[in-house]
Amino acid sequence: MINTLLEENHMQENSILRAKYAAKNLDVYYADKQALFGINLDIMENQVTSLIGPSGCGKSTLLRCLNRMNDVIDICSVKGSIRLDGQDIYDDGIDVVELRARVGMVFQKPNPFPKSIYDNVAYGPKIHGMIDQKSDADEIVETSLKKAGLWQEVKDRLAAPGTGLSGGQQQRLCIARAIAVNPEVILMDEPCSALDPIATAIIEQLIDELKQKFTIVIVTHSMQQAARVSQKTAFFHLGSLVEFGDTDQIFTNPQNQQTQDYITGRYG
Amino acid sequence: MPYTTTISIFVSLCLLVTAYFWGVKRAIATKRSQTALSTQVKFHSLPGFHGAYVAIWCAIPSLVLFVAWQTLRPNFLPQWLAQDMAGLVLLISAGILGLFFAQKRIASRFKARHKVETAFSLVMLLSSLVAVFTTFGVVVSLVFETMRFFSKVSVSEFLFGLHWSPQIALRADQVASSGSFGAVSIFAGTLLITAIAMLIAVPIGLFSAIYMSEYATPKFRTWAKPLLEILAGIPTVVYGFFAALTIAPFMRNWGFELGLEISSESAMAAGLVMGVMIIPFVSSLSDDVINAVPQTLRDGSAALGATKSETIRLVLLPAALPGIVSSVLLATSRAIGETMIVVMAAGLAANLTANPFQAVTTVTVQILTLLVGDQEFDSPKTLAAFALGFVLFLLTLGLNILALKIVNKYREKYD
Ligand SMILES: Nc1ncnc2c1ncn2[C@@H]1O[C@H](COP(=O)(O)OP(=O)(O)OP(=O)(O)O)[C@@H](O)[C@H]1O
Ligand SMILES: [Mg+2]
Repeated sequence: MINTLLEENHMQENSILRAKYAAKNLDVYYADKQALFGINLDIMENQVTSLIGPSGCGKSTLLRCLNRMNDVIDICSVKGSIRLDGQDIYDDGIDVVELRARVGMVFQKPNPFPKSIYDNVAYGPKIHGMIDQKSDADEIVETSLKKAGLWQEVKDRLAAPGTGLSGGQQQRLCIARAIAVNPEVILMDEPCSALDPIATAIIEQLIDELKQKFTIVIVTHSMQQAARVSQKTAFFHLGSLVEFGDTDQIFTNPQNQQTQDYITGRYG
Repeated sequence: MPYTTTISIFVSLCLLVTAYFWGVKRAIATKRSQTALSTQVKFHSLPGFHGAYVAIWCAIPSLVLFVAWQTLRPNFLPQWLAQDMAGLVLLISAGILGLFFAQKRIASRFKARHKVETAFSLVMLLSSLVAVFTTFGVVVSLVFETMRFFSKVSVSEFLFGLHWSPQIALRADQVASSGSFGAVSIFAGTLLITAIAMLIAVPIGLFSAIYMSEYATPKFRTWAKPLLEILAGIPTVVYGFFAALTIAPFMRNWGFELGLEISSESAMAAGLVMGVMIIPFVSSLSDDVINAVPQTLRDGSAALGATKSETIRLVLLPAALPGIVSSVLLATSRAIGETMIVVMAAGLAANLTANPFQAVTTVTVQILTLLVGDQEFDSPKTLAAFALGFVLFLLTLGLNILALKIVNKYREKYD
């Protein structure tokens, strides 16, 4: 039933939207332990897709597959395919460094570099050769910080260390840093879990604006957040994709009992 | 009695053990009798703490008395009290008195646990004071002797004089009886050898630290790291003869083929070997600080599409810089203070030269040669050793302070 529903979804959406990512039969193992089981999932361009599910169900694992951050973990191995714009990102010929420049990532805990605010944002563009002269950098830094909604707060202290900002500001700095390399996709792993409600609201609004230009995948533990910011929601349980569909439909009329239990907080 | 010390140590130990178990036993007995009367009573401390409390009260009075007795004995005590036996009796009786005093205090409400805590913190305070006072004593004696030296030889001659020949004639009517104490060539030699050593140790140490922390597999790391640290454990005298008997002849032959004049004792030989010796000082500490940079920063950089070496160069090294700088400075003070290798491989001649292929000498080597053999303790020759030692002390102190300053400055900036 889920599959037919998925099919329907695709047909409806495909007229307007294009699948940015397509995961097919994705299995992920940590050593001998399987963390993801046969995941099939399409992520639509210029939409926000949220991944929800109980702790340890494999949300972060899936997210890290999408920009191959799992490569860093020796014991992690991936089977199946993930296509980004039709090209398998686990192909041998793929340049991982280039892939990660196309797919930005924001982590659960803000992790600004111990550098100035300016250098934090200019870091990516610099290593990707997007900067020929100082004015280029200035421009990228300013537009990125503006998009991340941080410009007004930091424009007078760009030389101050990024680590000296508040948690919410740091997280927005990390978003600015990710935007600065002009990626196509932004992956966010519980980006608001360390933030207070006000900072969270700012970032949620930001996500909403960013989806004009970027495709966004967000892992969250907050049902409300998923409902507020995302158009598509995927519910995972014990490494399997249980239900995937329009956020409205998932939250108002879930097809699966487990999904229902989880979103109504009855999950044990 | 020849064995009095051994006997008194043995007796005190027995007394201590007895005191401990006595305390434990009394505490248990008291507890039993009180809980038998009413279940409301709660015993404050565990029996072990009461035992420790009694033992401490047994140890401290006898220790204090014994130290006092030892110091007063030679001059101030009457004959009968100064005897070994008297000391032993004093020791034991003080211990027993303490024991009885302490065990009387055992009661349900008695806070033996806190008393023991206080006693331990005092012991730790005393231990740290030993280190502090030793340093203080060494510095004072250095300053004092250095001042005596400068009353015989002028400061400017010592600091700016180019000629170093500290030998003083034994008889006053001999020629050149005064000796001369221009230390510039010694400082220059120290500088030269240290510079060579650091040129070897810093790049190699740093690169190996980066390799160990970022590239090496855990398996390689587990055996390579201890192996590298063994370098620091080899006695310096072994390095010394390695430098003198292997490196130096090798360099001389090699120089001969190139048409270079390389003396068999050279700053180069000593500096090279010393550089190898201090590699672990740089690598071990740098490895630790690079490892201490949070993984989230590596991930953040990788997620932006940076390669590993870009991440290392642009994120890890700047973040670890304060630690790296201080490891380099600590290695430098180690190099400056090194003696054995230099004595054996660089020679004793106080040449003022920038040519690394000639023999030079260093501050530590000169201190050594000044003090070897029979000495008069107030001749300028001997006192010169103190002056040199004082300079050495100031130099390494300065380096260490600088290292701390750098660490603190960056720590404020980054955390
Ligand atoms: N580095 C790793 N090594 C071994 N096992 C791992 C590793 N990372 C994750 N796992 C395992 O993979 C499974 C999925 O983990 P994952 O981090 O993807 O969960 P999650 O859904 O993100 O949970 P949470 O909501 O708590 O972040 C878990 O069982 C976890 O123990
Ligand atoms: Mg997670």
